[in-house]
Amino acid sequence: MTNVIKLAARNLLRYHRRTALTASLITLGIVAVLMFVALSGSFKAMMIGQITDAMLGHLQVHRKGYVASIDNLPLNLLMKPGAVAKVEAQLQQMPQLAAWSPRIKFSAMFSNFTETTGIRLNGIDPQREAATCPLLPGRFIDGSAAHGLVEQGKLLIPDIIAKGMKVKVGDTVVLVATNQDGSVNGQSFVVQGVLESATGPGGRDAYLHIDDARSLLRLEDASLSEIAVRLRDPAQLPQVMQALDDTLGQLKNPQGQPALEIHDWKKLTPFTAIANMIDLLTLFIKVMLVAIVLISILNVMIMAVYERMREIGTLAAIGTPPRRILGLFVAEGLLLGVAGTLIGTVISLGAVALLRLYPVHFSFGRQDNLQLVPSLAAGDVLFIGVLVTLIAVLASLQPAWKAARMDPITALRSV
Amino acid sequence: MSLVQANKLEKSYRTGEVTVPAIRGADFTIEPASFVSFVGPSGSGKSTLLNMIGCLDRPTGGSLKVLDTDVGTLDRRQAAAFRGAHIGFVFQDFNLVPVLSVYENVEYPLVMVQNWPAAQRHARVMELLEAVGMSDQAHKRPDQLSGGQKQRVAVARALVTRARLVLADEPTANLDHATAWRVIELMKKMRDEFGTTFLFSTHDPKIMEAAEVIYALEDGRIVPGGAQ
Repeated sequence: MTNVIKLAARNLLRYHRRTALTASLITLGIVAVLMFVALSGSFKAMMIGQITDAMLGHLQVHRKGYVASIDNLPLNLLMKPGAVAKVEAQLQQMPQLAAWSPRIKFSAMFSNFTETTGIRLNGIDPQREAATCPLLPGRFIDGSAAHGLVEQGKLLIPDIIAKGMKVKVGDTVVLVATNQDGSVNGQSFVVQGVLESATGPGGRDAYLHIDDARSLLRLEDASLSEIAVRLRDPAQLPQVMQALDDTLGQLKNPQGQPALEIHDWKKLTPFTAIANMIDLLTLFIKVMLVAIVLISILNVMIMAVYERMREIGTLAAIGTPPRRILGLFVAEGLLLGVAGTLIGTVISLGAVALLRLYPVHFSFGRQDNLQLVPSLAAGDVLFIGVLVTLIAVLASLQPAWKAARMDPITALRSV
Repeated sequence: MSLVQANKLEKSYRTGEVTVPAIRGADFTIEPASFVSFVGPSGSGKSTLLNMIGCLDRPTGGSLKVLDTDVGTLDRRQAAAFRGAHIGFVFQDFNLVPVLSVYENVEYPLVMVQNWPAAQRHARVMELLEAVGMSDQAHKRPDQLSGGQKQRVAVARALVTRARLVLADEPTANLDHATAWRVIELMKKMRDEFGTTFLFSTHDPKIMEAAEVIYALEDGRIVPGGAQ
């Protein structure tokens, strides 16, 4: 085997320019794929982190049918206090959960006494919301969460409303909301903070204390729009979802229908489509890499076989077993693939390390100055390396097979 | 027992609808440790005969036994194994592997064909390089050698596996006369030293004089009384 590899390496070096060109092509492909995987993976992870840690949590529990009408923030689909108690009892038994936050979500009219606009509101328990969405306090661009994320009688508004309505921290505003009975109620609030708008559902919502939300809506019981849940380890999401489906998913309403619905963040944000597109693009780039490796190695090996026909004839004539001749050409393809992979991987790891030292800043949607910190998982590097090596072997098989099956007399007669 | 026995040996090629006979009913025997030449003009069937004896081609009629094996019955793999075990080749164009040194070219059949242990390999290769007078050129690549030197290396490669039979198709065709004569003398010396049977083809009258047994071929037939 060592001798076959040694001879294969010598044969590759015989046509050093062609070998360098082919290895460069493979290297380029590897770098393109690994950099795309690193950058898109980093972008995806960051955006998912932003969405789950600033707004959605990892999963949410609603009354059945709520999510289908979520754009209207319906008050007639609140979870009843009995259901809320059962949900909280179940959540308390699950060690995988880091926190959960009860929310009352509704629409209201926002008035600065001269102008009025519609606004989406989240009634939250400040401490539990901060534990469930740890990036939320970081969205303050004016005001402070020093005395709690949102104090009673106060309001956090998105900067788009603050700018549009010319409202600043400390100003008094009025919220007018329609409650479950259809009657209207209004209350004044002081603006405690202005939040940076974020991309995704809830990214332009305002926040107030859950007790203020109940008071404004004249809600006298512990009904909730949703419970947002944060996991200790997001990788456990499928298992947690399954456990919740098996318990809370089995609760029935008086009509015998499922009472609750549980959705992970993927079902609650349109960013899932972007994430899927990124995955699709990654797959496409990997397919391109496979094509590059396949075509370049196939091409170079076919040329090698045609150029060395007399040599193949000689090797066959002096008794080299066909499998050794096959092995010789496969080893050449394998070495090309491995060389291209190693060089490409080293370049990619270097580029990733450089980008981690000097991160790229960019804007996405309404969010500015996002930092792209790429990283490469060992599994990704290994997968790409193994894939390219396998394709290199596969691409050399046909020319190698042709060489091994060559009639020695015909091969010896070739010029 | 004869080393090679041919009985009514036939070989013909089909080109479309036409069948072209290359060897027509050849009968001959070759004894161990002999120095034999097939002579004749181009197209007389010398190479075809050598190819069949070397298991590179199969007869279409008659029988051909080499070392008591009916070589016409061997499949591709068996033929390769038989060549690797018993037959050495010397080619007109030397056919050394250009990326290997002289030493590695001679070593090649021991590594890739017969799997010899490294220590024995070295001793055997050096023995052969000494025998052909190329031990001081062992590190050189084929492109650094003259034609005569290349053919000496080719002879060493053919003998390194202790082949019983070495086939050389026009081994001197690409050499000047003096060098050609030295190569033939070397082959004879190797026959004397190792007891190997040498079978070569040539159309050079001066070279054929060196053979101890000559089979003259004409239109695929061994000329009656041609064996000398």
